[in-house]
Amino acid sequence: MTSAQVDVLLVAVVVAAACAIPGTFLVLRRMAMMSDAISHTVLLGIVLAFFIVADLNSPILILGAALVGLLTVVLVEALSRTGLVREDTAIGLVFPALFSIAVILISSLAGNVHLDSDAVLLGEIAFAPFNRFAPFGVDLGPIALWVMGAILLLNLAGTALFFKELKLATFDPALAAALGFSPALIHYGLMAVVSVTAVGAFDAVGSILVVALMIGPPAAAYLLTDRLPRMLGLSVVIGAASAVGGYWLARLLDANIAGSMATAVGIAFILVLLLAPQRGLVATARRHRHQRWTFARQMLLIHLATHEGTPSEADESRPDHMQRHMRWPPDFSDRVIQTATDHGLIVLKNNQLHLTPQGRTEARAAAVR
Amino acid sequence: MDLLSDLFLDYTLRTVALGSAALGVVSGALGAFAVLRRQALLGDAMSHAALPGVALAFLVTGSRAPLVLMIGAALTGWLAAAAIVYIVRASRIRTDTAMALMLSVFFGAGLVVLTFIQRQPAAGKAGLDKFLFGQAAAMLESDVITMASVGAVGLLGVLVLWKEFKLLSFDPDFAATLGMPTRRLDMLLTSLLVIAIVVGLKTVGVVLMSAMVVAPGAAARQWTNRLGVMVTLSALFGAAAGVLGALLSTTAETSTGPTIVLVATGLVVVSLLFAPARGLVWTRMHAWRSQRILALEAVMSDLAALAAQHSSDATRPHDVAALHAVRGRALVDRALGELAADGLARRHDGGGWSLTPRGLAEADRLARMRRTPDNDL
Repeated sequence: MTSAQVDVLLVAVVVAAACAIPGTFLVLRRMAMMSDAISHTVLLGIVLAFFIVADLNSPILILGAALVGLLTVVLVEALSRTGLVREDTAIGLVFPALFSIAVILISSLAGNVHLDSDAVLLGEIAFAPFNRFAPFGVDLGPIALWVMGAILLLNLAGTALFFKELKLATFDPALAAALGFSPALIHYGLMAVVSVTAVGAFDAVGSILVVALMIGPPAAAYLLTDRLPRMLGLSVVIGAASAVGGYWLARLLDANIAGSMATAVGIAFILVLLLAPQRGLVATARRHRHQRWTFARQMLLIHLATHEGTPSEADESRPDHMQRHMRWPPDFSDRVIQTATDHGLIVLKNNQLHLTPQGRTEARAAAVR
Repeated sequence: MDLLSDLFLDYTLRTVALGSAALGVVSGALGAFAVLRRQALLGDAMSHAALPGVALAFLVTGSRAPLVLMIGAALTGWLAAAAIVYIVRASRIRTDTAMALMLSVFFGAGLVVLTFIQRQPAAGKAGLDKFLFGQAAAMLESDVITMASVGAVGLLGVLVLWKEFKLLSFDPDFAATLGMPTRRLDMLLTSLLVIAIVVGLKTVGVVLMSAMVVAPGAAARQWTNRLGVMVTLSALFGAAAGVLGALLSTTAETSTGPTIVLVATGLVVVSLLFAPARGLVWTRMHAWRSQRILALEAVMSDLAALAAQHSSDATRPHDVAALHAVRGRALVDRALGELAADGLARRHDGGGWSLTPRGLAEADRLARMRRTPDNDL
């Protein structure tokens, strides 16, 4: 690997980790689409701040972006509070409008600056290594790495410091309010963090990948655990793995890196959706199958136990009677009888099924339950 | 006026205006249902998800014919919607997360496919990157015809299944109890939304097309409580935003998509403010008037109560300092002024106030009305 490749990978991993942390809370608070809205509107903040400072590398741009990110949230809430439109409509109205203003402003700058809306949407992480942070002529690595590293530290520190408050406000906002923690303050704090992270990240990876890295890894982690700290950790790991995997996918296909990383996030999510140990589709299907067989076997045992020693026993315990009585398809019925026999729960004598002592015990246990 | 005559004479302008009108009508009419069914953000997810479809259609067929690209866009847009529905049903992932995830993953996959196209010799990506933000000026007559035909199919679908879609939008549970195939109808209406989105992709672009689905519907909703009127208005608003925006962007040389979206947003703002009955200005004025009338009645009943304490002379002047203290000086003074203007109260030489005989009668009427509200009905 060349040093440029190492730089790109480092930036990607740091971006993924920084995005996964606020993303976890967005997913839990059912506000995932706000990441989409904010990652678009921060562009307006950048453009407006650029008009003021006329310097694309100024930290004021991040401040402007964060403010417009918050403005997005405030506007959406003000609009839905009028009761005239619902919240999803409010989001769908506010962010395209702000983004449109940004795009028009940018095109009015046409060519004067290296700031075009395609680049913002798509990002170009491949250029990250060429923008070096070199104070006093000492090369300390790519600027993007320093910016995102600082944002990652900020996110980590913020989460650690306000972990209790975030957790409470996320899972029980009413209790949080009753205990005197302001859910509104936590809400806006989180939104500010999302804005800062989005603006820091999209310079490197583009706004759409910001959405993918904020929402995809936490969504996958949500299928793997019920504990918040573990979900945060898993999100960071899945995000970083997707970023690295996406990078190699891009190298393999010689394709857009940000797009490949988003694709990798999608692949990671699908894998988790299928294979998660408890909630995965495969595990769920297997559990359902197992439950179906167990239930069928218990029904057979209970049926035999009910008629054991009664006049109708001879009729009721014939193997072919089960299909009619239980409404089982023939081959299903045969397999139930076969497995029950294999388990030593029943025996076949004179074309009649009889419970073994072990089968009788199990029938009683199942019937009681 | 130049613009208006150009509109009929200039080929490009006429094409742009016609195409934008067709796009606005279709996305407005179909988007009205999306707004009612809380699918505003689903439209956003689907329009982003259309990108890989456009790119794949071009890559596979090598054709840039609008119909081919629209079909590709519709396929992946629809696939994303189906994936969102499936993920929500099969796991504990919620709708907002599923939408954000599919939106970004599909868009990312679209970027990957776009790089393949860029690498093709001579193919040129021209025309495809315009799908991000749209370009009305590049519209050809054949584009307009395709857009209008595809859109007509969508509108026809709504007309044929009007009753079913209406019920599905307002009371899906009731529709289910009537034995309607709600799941299939839901999928069908969502598919029609896909049509609304792909029709505008070339003009408005994938990033902003969702706004064209949401804004006209949200604006139309403010003016009426009837579905038929709302869908019609929404189509009109969509057409107005489309034509105005496209013409503005062509003359001011801005990107078409953002310009159309801003015009549509303007329509929403005007509707939110000024629509009768629901608009903010109207409701504020109504609230302000009710407050004023309540203040008048309160001051009148205060004066009547004071008069009742001095039964010897009901029109004897009273010091209003007590009223000031209880209800606030500004409110009382304004109310007294209005009452005096109406001849219901009068100011005496010493500065005291009393009701006139007519004012006393009016206060008495109000008091009786308040005691037995049923008599008034």
